[in-house]
Amino acid sequence: MSLAVGDVTPLWIILGYLALLVGLGFVSTLNFRGTSADYFVATRSIGSFLLLMSVFGTTMTAFALVGSTGKAFQSGIGVYGLMASTSGLVHSLVFFLVGIKLWAIGKRHQFVTQVQFFRERFESPFLGTLLFPILVLLVIPYLLIGILGAGAVVRGVTGGMFPDTFAGQPHPVTGDMMFVGAIPPWLSGLVVCGVVLSYVFLGGVRGAAWANALQTIVFMITGVIAFVMISQKLGGMQAASEQVLANSPKHLAREGLIGHGQFLSYALVPLSVGMFPHLFQHWLTAKSAKSFRLSIVAHPIFIMIVWVPCILIGIWAVGAGIKAPGGNVNAVLPSMVKGLLSNPVLTGVLTAGILAAIMSSLDSQFVCLGTMFTHDVVVHWVGEDRFTDKQKIFLGRSFIVFIVAVTYLLSLFPPANVFDLGVWSFSGFASLFPLVFAAIYWRRVTRAGAIASVLVMAGTWIYLFYQGLIAHEKTEGDFLVAGVMPVTVIFLASAAALVVVSLMTKPPSEESVARFLPPREVVS
Amino acid sequence: MTSRGRSTGWWVVWGLVVFLGIIHYDFWYWDDRTLLFGFLPVGLAYHAGFSVAAGLVWASALKLAWPHRLEAWADEGS
Repeated sequence: MSLAVGDVTPLWIILGYLALLVGLGFVSTLNFRGTSADYFVATRSIGSFLLLMSVFGTTMTAFALVGSTGKAFQSGIGVYGLMASTSGLVHSLVFFLVGIKLWAIGKRHQFVTQVQFFRERFESPFLGTLLFPILVLLVIPYLLIGILGAGAVVRGVTGGMFPDTFAGQPHPVTGDMMFVGAIPPWLSGLVVCGVVLSYVFLGGVRGAAWANALQTIVFMITGVIAFVMISQKLGGMQAASEQVLANSPKHLAREGLIGHGQFLSYALVPLSVGMFPHLFQHWLTAKSAKSFRLSIVAHPIFIMIVWVPCILIGIWAVGAGIKAPGGNVNAVLPSMVKGLLSNPVLTGVLTAGILAAIMSSLDSQFVCLGTMFTHDVVVHWVGEDRFTDKQKIFLGRSFIVFIVAVTYLLSLFPPANVFDLGVWSFSGFASLFPLVFAAIYWRRVTRAGAIASVLVMAGTWIYLFYQGLIAHEKTEGDFLVAGVMPVTVIFLASAAALVVVSLMTKPPSEESVARFLPPREVVS
Repeated sequence: MTSRGRSTGWWVVWGLVVFLGIIHYDFWYWDDRTLLFGFLPVGLAYHAGFSVAAGLVWASALKLAWPHRLEAWADEGS
């Protein structure tokens, strides 16, 4: 079976997968208990397997499949150590040290959002008001990358299918028409948003957890299938790797492709999971502290299952002399599947897998932002007692529709370098990690220290963001400050402000601290 | 496990995490292009093995330093 131009088989597979997802969304709503606690935190009833799948699916974006392949194509096998094995260790560390404790505090105080926790922990409505826009603004680029990524992938595999309907667009330099007959990003973005909205609108965070379980299985299997098929086409794993050794041996090691300071400082980026508001919400859904155990142990191994095949595909592409389409390294995996395998079924399956990785992050972020606007803005400012349980669900659903609509509209007019925003978004969240860690472990941290930490983080982030993305010419690879990732500077500035200002200001009362920090004998 | 036993467990866990953090830098294969089994770059094999080791370390960490009483504290609300 070969892939002829205009063959719509991949599209039918993609549509079949999306229909399956909508169906699962409806099935999951049969378990919806009709309460706001169920809509926003699944009545804190999610068990080990569903928690693992929803947390892993949420943290792994499309970058895990297409980005990892592209990055390895660019920088060799060191990308696995740079991003994947570091994340395996650090993510589990954060789940163990921060996730379980936040789950316990959230359950004890019946919190639903991160902002509620910080506002109460530091007895500071101002801190909540300060954090809310920062968290929302850091999530928005993450959402946009997902929708735009979905549009680019679908456009890549549907070229030539509908030449009478979609004329394509002119090349910015040559003027030749590109993507003739391909489904345009505005339409695929609309469909992806609609599918995600269908199951999160009805089932809230429980709907997202069920969908994530399916999507995580789909994108993990997809990566392995692509790996096996591509290695066979290249003459087997040994032949493929020997081609790399012959044609580009530098891709088999880190020397010359990844700097020592860059490698070390990248370990700070995965700390971002400690401050992702959508992950905080998933943690709150856990049935018990024991529900975290499977996630903590399996997370690094799951990362290996997804990333190792993609890293190998990336370096094999270099060995085989494959060029990145249009210089876009993120297009290496889709173009290898389409060009090398020429199999319409596999093309459809891989595209469904990439969409699964994208949507398993989008759904949690949409639910999370809807929850934040409901609880941190309306319910907080109007008053908890002014709303019935049904009205809170109505508010949550309304805000989710609003967030999806705004994000979709923003995706129609994306900033030029939106895909470069990903690491900046993660760096911002990672630099807020000292705040959450101090809030649950350091009895001496003060309200002023917390506020100073957030303000210094925001100021440093904005300065370096301007330097890295606006003032400087775009260069190959990551923007570094004295050889290290910008997150290092932002993180250290944020941590220093937290410690210094806390030590200079009056300690909080013991009663205030005791509400949130369990006695030592409870946690040791 | 006694409180003292759990405290020792915590130190063991932290020791393992710091040890993993240090060896993650991978001093040995930074510039090594050897292919294990004819196809697997040794630097990639090292970090893939590291991922499995991290999973095993966390499995033992959960045994050694599990916060047994935290759940009851969370359930108290009362």
